[in-house]
Amino acid sequence: MSAPTTPAPLNPDGSRRTFMKQAGGFLGLALAPPFISQAERLTALSKKVEGVSTISLKVNGAVRAIRAEPRVTLLDALREYLDLTGSKKGCDHGQCGACTVLVDGKRVNSCLTLAVMTQGKEITTIEGLAKGEELHPMQAAFLKHDGFQCGYCTPGQIMSAVACVQEGHAGSADEVREWMSGNLCRCSAYPNITAAILEAKTQMG
Amino acid sequence: MNNFSYIQADKAKEATTAKRDDKSAAFIAGGTTLLDLMKLNVENHDQLIDVNMLPFRGIEMTKNGLRIGALERMSDVGEHPLVVQNFPAVSQSLLLAASAQLRNMASIGGNVLQRTRCGYFRDTAFPCNKREPGTGCPAIEGDNRNLAILGTSDACIATSYPGDLSVALVALDAVLTLENAKGKQREVPITKFYLLPGSTPQKETVLEDDELIVAVTIPQTAAAQKSMYLKVRERTSYAYALASAAVGLEVQGGVIRAAKVALGGVGAQPWRSPEAEKMLVGKAPSEAVFRAAAEAALRGAKPREHNAFKVEMAQNTLVRALSEVAA
Ligand SMILES: Cc1cc2nc3c(=O)[nH]c(=O)nc-3n(C[C@H](O)[C@H](O)[C@H](O)COP(=O)(O)OP(=O)(O)OC[C@H]3O[C@@H](n4cnc5c(N)ncnc54)[C@H](O)[C@@H]3O)c2cc1C
Ligand code: SF4
Ligand code: FES
Ligand code: FES
Repeated sequence: MSAPTTPAPLNPDGSRRTFMKQAGGFLGLALAPPFISQAERLTALSKKVEGVSTISLKVNGAVRAIRAEPRVTLLDALREYLDLTGSKKGCDHGQCGACTVLVDGKRVNSCLTLAVMTQGKEITTIEGLAKGEELHPMQAAFLKHDGFQCGYCTPGQIMSAVACVQEGHAGSADEVREWMSGNLCRCSAYPNITAAILEAKTQMG
Repeated sequence: MNNFSYIQADKAKEATTAKRDDKSAAFIAGGTTLLDLMKLNVENHDQLIDVNMLPFRGIEMTKNGLRIGALERMSDVGEHPLVVQNFPAVSQSLLLAASAQLRNMASIGGNVLQRTRCGYFRDTAFPCNKREPGTGCPAIEGDNRNLAILGTSDACIATSYPGDLSVALVALDAVLTLENAKGKQREVPITKFYLLPGSTPQKETVLEDDELIVAVTIPQTAAAQKSMYLKVRERTSYAYALASAAVGLEVQGGVIRAAKVALGGVGAQPWRSPEAEKMLVGKAPSEAVFRAAAEAALRGAKPREHNAFKVEMAQNTLVRALSEVAA
């Protein structure tokens, strides 16, 4: 099975995903203004948002613009508009953690976050963790410890785990279990997830 | 989720007047209750007013106690040294709630206004007096395991506030500061903020349509200093309370001088228990005294088919919490 590493491995079952990724990349490029330094506060012009409008999101360091309604969640913006399909939709109601991303360094459930409300903030997704070919220590630890079976919860687990360590809440196995309780794993890989986090913690500096 | 327009308010007045002028609008802070319910079509709003830019921030000690801005996040408040040191029950109620992700998103004002997890309320295929007044309450004869046993009515038996923070706030006599579209502020003790269901379960608090929660202030007392929040649930973490207790004791010379007792998970609203407090004050702390207080607290309980276990569970929770703070 393929772990959520970056760059994404070629899709073995055909090229649709790959095509979509390229199209998305192309479209994203076409729409994105060269550089937007958007303060958190919206400009007077866009203070009221009705219907489809341009929403600029800074994802993994790059500003990208989408045309979407205010009801579009950050999760849907990432998956359906920006083709960043690493973040997963499990419950869509804040109950499972599969959609966890970092906003300004803090872990949140992107399914209960409106994209329009994250403009001007730094969004980090699973696609933004690795440095080129080099996995983030948390990704490497999940691989080493088999911190997954089906892998569906894994991007959310890893994003949450990175934040958990950064917050200083990974002091012991018990502490990790408590502070990772917002990420459910249907395959119950919990012992391995906990082991991976405790190891990655020592390497995250 | 039905579409809506979105505005970001810079000033309280902008938010409150927008809300006053549009009966279908709602404020949005963290969105963790609101968007959840809008996706379920339990709530529908044609306008969301983002209040996150309002200056309702800060966690500071004032002469009236600890003042917490309504837009502070659960995670920040729960781990704040002033809260941890002076109001342990408040800190614990926050950190035992929801998940790390949700606590990063959720605001204090939004938490106080979170809505019931009654399964019928959350499913529009069912009638529900709270969601659609006059349609009936299927929970009374249906699945009522998670619902209330104190303060319920023939119209609704939900734990209207299913969460944790307000249980601690009710125990510790916190006061909410509200502001309306005229710019006028008023203070409401949280013990007077929530309404019992009676025949109008849709009316949950005294908050007016055009009012915002600005802040919550918790008086600094000896009992608050020696307080705790104990939460009993189906699993160790990330679940709502089946029963919970927020207690604070002031013990001097071996005698309880002041007692604060509130229960969660069992009341139609966060449940302050003057009955239990009366049994405690003036006595020397002992298991027998705590047991008598717990029995007094649950005396009026009206359990249903699936939640009769909550009577004993709430009593035991209360006895354990009192024993721990007295130790
Ligand atoms: C899966 C899950 C598990 C949870 N578990 C727990 C738990 O164990 N314990 C617990 O206590 N809670 C729990 N919660 C509830 C959570 O704590 C609340 O959803 C959260 O606190 C609401 O805050 P918010 O800022 O997101 O509110 P929002 O969703 O933004 O708003 C909630 C309501 O309050 C109104 N509002 C918000 N701010 C203001 C204001 N300043 N003035 C006036 N009105 C305002 C909104 O209009 C809306 O009606 C859980 C939630 C989820 C989704
Ligand atoms: S208990 Fe209250 S919220 Fe639940 S179905 Fe009955 S009326 Fe609705
Ligand atoms: S998809 Fe967001 S928490 Fe489940
Ligand atoms: S690995 Fe399958 S859900 Fe966690």
